[in-house]
Amino acid sequence: MIDLVIPAFVSCIIAFFVVFVTIPPLIKFLEKRNMAVKDMNKKEDIMVVRPGGPSIILGIIVSEIVLYAFLQLNEIIAIIITTTAAFAIGYVDDRKVMGGWFKPVALAIAAIPIIAFGVYDTNLAFPLFGEVQIPALYLGLIILMIPITGNTINSIDVLNGVASGFMVITSFSLSICLFIVQNYEIAIVSLPLAFVSLAFYKYHKIPSKIFPGDSGALTLGAMYGSIAIVGGVEIIAAVALLPAVINSFLFLSSVKRIVEHRQIKGKPVDHTDDFKLKATDDKTAPVTLVRLLLAGGPLSEKQVGFTIFKLAIFSGILAVITAFMMGVSI
Amino acid sequence: MKAGIYGFLFAMWILILIGGGIVVTLLGPITITGYGDMNWFIGSVIKAVIAIILVVIWILILSKIKNWIFKKEIKS
Repeated sequence: MIDLVIPAFVSCIIAFFVVFVTIPPLIKFLEKRNMAVKDMNKKEDIMVVRPGGPSIILGIIVSEIVLYAFLQLNEIIAIIITTTAAFAIGYVDDRKVMGGWFKPVALAIAAIPIIAFGVYDTNLAFPLFGEVQIPALYLGLIILMIPITGNTINSIDVLNGVASGFMVITSFSLSICLFIVQNYEIAIVSLPLAFVSLAFYKYHKIPSKIFPGDSGALTLGAMYGSIAIVGGVEIIAAVALLPAVINSFLFLSSVKRIVEHRQIKGKPVDHTDDFKLKATDDKTAPVTLVRLLLAGGPLSEKQVGFTIFKLAIFSGILAVITAFMMGVSI
Repeated sequence: MKAGIYGFLFAMWILILIGGGIVVTLLGPITITGYGDMNWFIGSVIKAVIAIILVVIWILILSKIKNWIFKKEIKS
């Protein structure tokens, strides 16, 4: 394990600084091209550039290549290819409005490198009860996992800093869990995701200077899903991601079909006179995590963001408990 | 409302733990014999069908819990 300290340290530093250093020129580049959208939760007409995905993917690719130089793991190659494919899918969606089915189907195809490299274990591990061998079923799980994690992170990207801040907490929780289950190499491979998210959060936090866009959110989500599969911690990863899963679950159970957010006509959230967020009474609007948080009364954007972070910490703790339970069998 | 969401998170976690137990005890021991090379395929199809049924049940229970928790919260 001592051998892994240097690769871990070097890759984390690189992951953080590549994003930290490349975001300011990316912001200038996007401003020049007028690639900006209105920040809907601000009183003034504030335009924020997007997408920040190119910096995020650059940070991930460079840091993971450095890790590959040290560790020579096929898992790293599979993660890089799947994550880059997810970035490309998101970038297409950033530039051109695609249908609701485009991202799930394309992300399912992006999962193929994980199968092609054979970097998965068909034994699905559960806490307390042990493992179950599901060879054919597991392939379906891989195909489903990347669209689910990608779109889940994308769907929580609704307020300044929420997607990146949430990913910081969730990916650090996943790394801790990988250390607990003694999968040290994949734990090291997962760390750049947390550091890339942390560096991006610096510019994404309220008031945002840049939005991740679909390319950024899908990149983060797809890498998270890839790590869960190659690390054999699918259940733990799902537990750490629960607040975002709840958001998708509430959305889908109220809308009852796979649909893009922009296709929904009803507004789940509106603003008070002092521009706090408040839940609407619109019955045609989907139920979302933010709308539920606002059911108790109006909150500022910052307050809602921090409440989501607290939920992420809570589910991170549950994930750590789950990781400890992996070593116990009844 | 916030307490309800924490409760819902915890309920989801418990359902995952229970679901894991059911999957391991129910799906794990399933082995099909007597169909030659098709044993593996038929076994996988049966496991897939049971897994899908379990996921549907999981979602239905979760919907009930969601309605119960949040209606109670809104009333209070």
